[in-house]
Amino acid sequence: MSTLTTALPRAAWLVLERELRLAFRRWEQITHPVVFFVMMATLFPLALSPEPALLRTLAPGVVWVGALLASLLALDTLYRGDLEDGTLEQLTLTGQPLGALLLAKTVAHWLLSGLPLVVAAPLIAYALAAPGEAVGTLMASIALGTGVLSFVGSVGAALTLGSRRGSVLLSLLVLPLVMPVLIFGARATDLAIRGEPSTGPVWLLAAMLILAATLTPLATAAAVRVSLE
Amino acid sequence: MGTWTWFHKLASPPHFYRIAGKMIPWYAIPAALLIATGLYGGLVLAPPDYQQGDAYRIIYLHVPSAWLGLLCYTTMATAAAVGLIWRIKLAHALAAATAPIGASFTLLALATGSLWGRPMWGTWWTWDARLTSELILLFLYFGYMALRSAFDDLTRADRASAVLALVGVVNVPIVHYSVTWWNSLHQGSTVIRSGGPAMPPSMLVPLLLSALGFTFLYAALACVRVRGEVLIRERNASWLQELASGR
Repeated sequence: MSTLTTALPRAAWLVLERELRLAFRRWEQITHPVVFFVMMATLFPLALSPEPALLRTLAPGVVWVGALLASLLALDTLYRGDLEDGTLEQLTLTGQPLGALLLAKTVAHWLLSGLPLVVAAPLIAYALAAPGEAVGTLMASIALGTGVLSFVGSVGAALTLGSRRGSVLLSLLVLPLVMPVLIFGARATDLAIRGEPSTGPVWLLAAMLILAATLTPLATAAAVRVSLE
Repeated sequence: MGTWTWFHKLASPPHFYRIAGKMIPWYAIPAALLIATGLYGGLVLAPPDYQQGDAYRIIYLHVPSAWLGLLCYTTMATAAAVGLIWRIKLAHALAAATAPIGASFTLLALATGSLWGRPMWGTWWTWDARLTSELILLFLYFGYMALRSAFDDLTRADRASAVLALVGVVNVPIVHYSVTWWNSLHQGSTVIRSGGPAMPPSMLVPLLLSALGFTFLYAALACVRVRGEVLIRERNASWLQELASGR
């Protein structure tokens, strides 16, 4: 009996560990989205004006659109390699609930693509002349928001696995679903930059993350099964 | 004879193809009559609004199409779930056939709302909760259709798009309650609300007739389109060849 109850956490941990190990052996998977994020934010002062007052009003939008696009960039490869080398098939054959294993995989994906964006966010906030007090809220909201993006994106990545022209299609599927994240994330950041209380939208983001974390693994598992048929 | 025999029979493509063909006039004729009566009642007989004058009359197109946009999505998602769970191909055919109809109604709702917004709000478009969630609904339809077209294999397209349709269901209550949850520029619900409709019968009855007519129109269009889907899916089936050569 004890092996049955401990087998699932162990299997999930193995999946997570494998993802991290693979990623650390191929660094560019982690660095490319962050570099994209930072470079995209650099474009705005160059294209518009280096005026701090203007940059401060633009900062929430720039940071959030940047974070969204950067995490989309990382999504395309989420399952493709695993489909090609047969790992996905093995995961479905383990006898463990596929949704739980894919949850672990998605958490690993967030650690590799979302967390670096959270770490880079203060740098961009500073570059866009956002006040220091807003950085805490910005990091919290980016952490929650990229979490939702990873979960929803994971469904999209699994759905487009067996299809032609994957990556454009992927953004077409994922972007409408994550627009609420963009709305509330940018709203929280905007309020924090103005020095107003921003707990409302941050809690809403947290609620979205819980909803996404509980429901999307089921959809991802269904989508992976379709792609393996 | 079980209770579900009629259901299983309906789910068989040849049977459905025949029934749907027969049903088209039964939906299309009431649709034409109801929409004509509703529009005549709304555009000619109903009194002008005390605030908006004659401009409000666009609701006789706008409200039914917005309602159908949501109804189509709900139908599509329900059909997708039925297809996914019980592996009924006809349910997938219904979902696939509904998507372009729903997208058209949603686009019509956005376009008529925009035409009305210009004189009333002074702008074609505003980033309001109702308008934005309706636009997201349109994008979800586009995403659904794009995903379908990206697969060569129909069974795969059916199952993958069904998952997407179910994930997108979260947006349906958001569209409906957006005017309640946020301080929206879009006016609140006038028809379905506690305390009864906030409209005199001379305005309300044509609106309901028009909405009912649009629903019949959807049913007629769905019959035509599902028949098309059945033809594509069953193109190699013997019953179709018999049907084609028998005429």
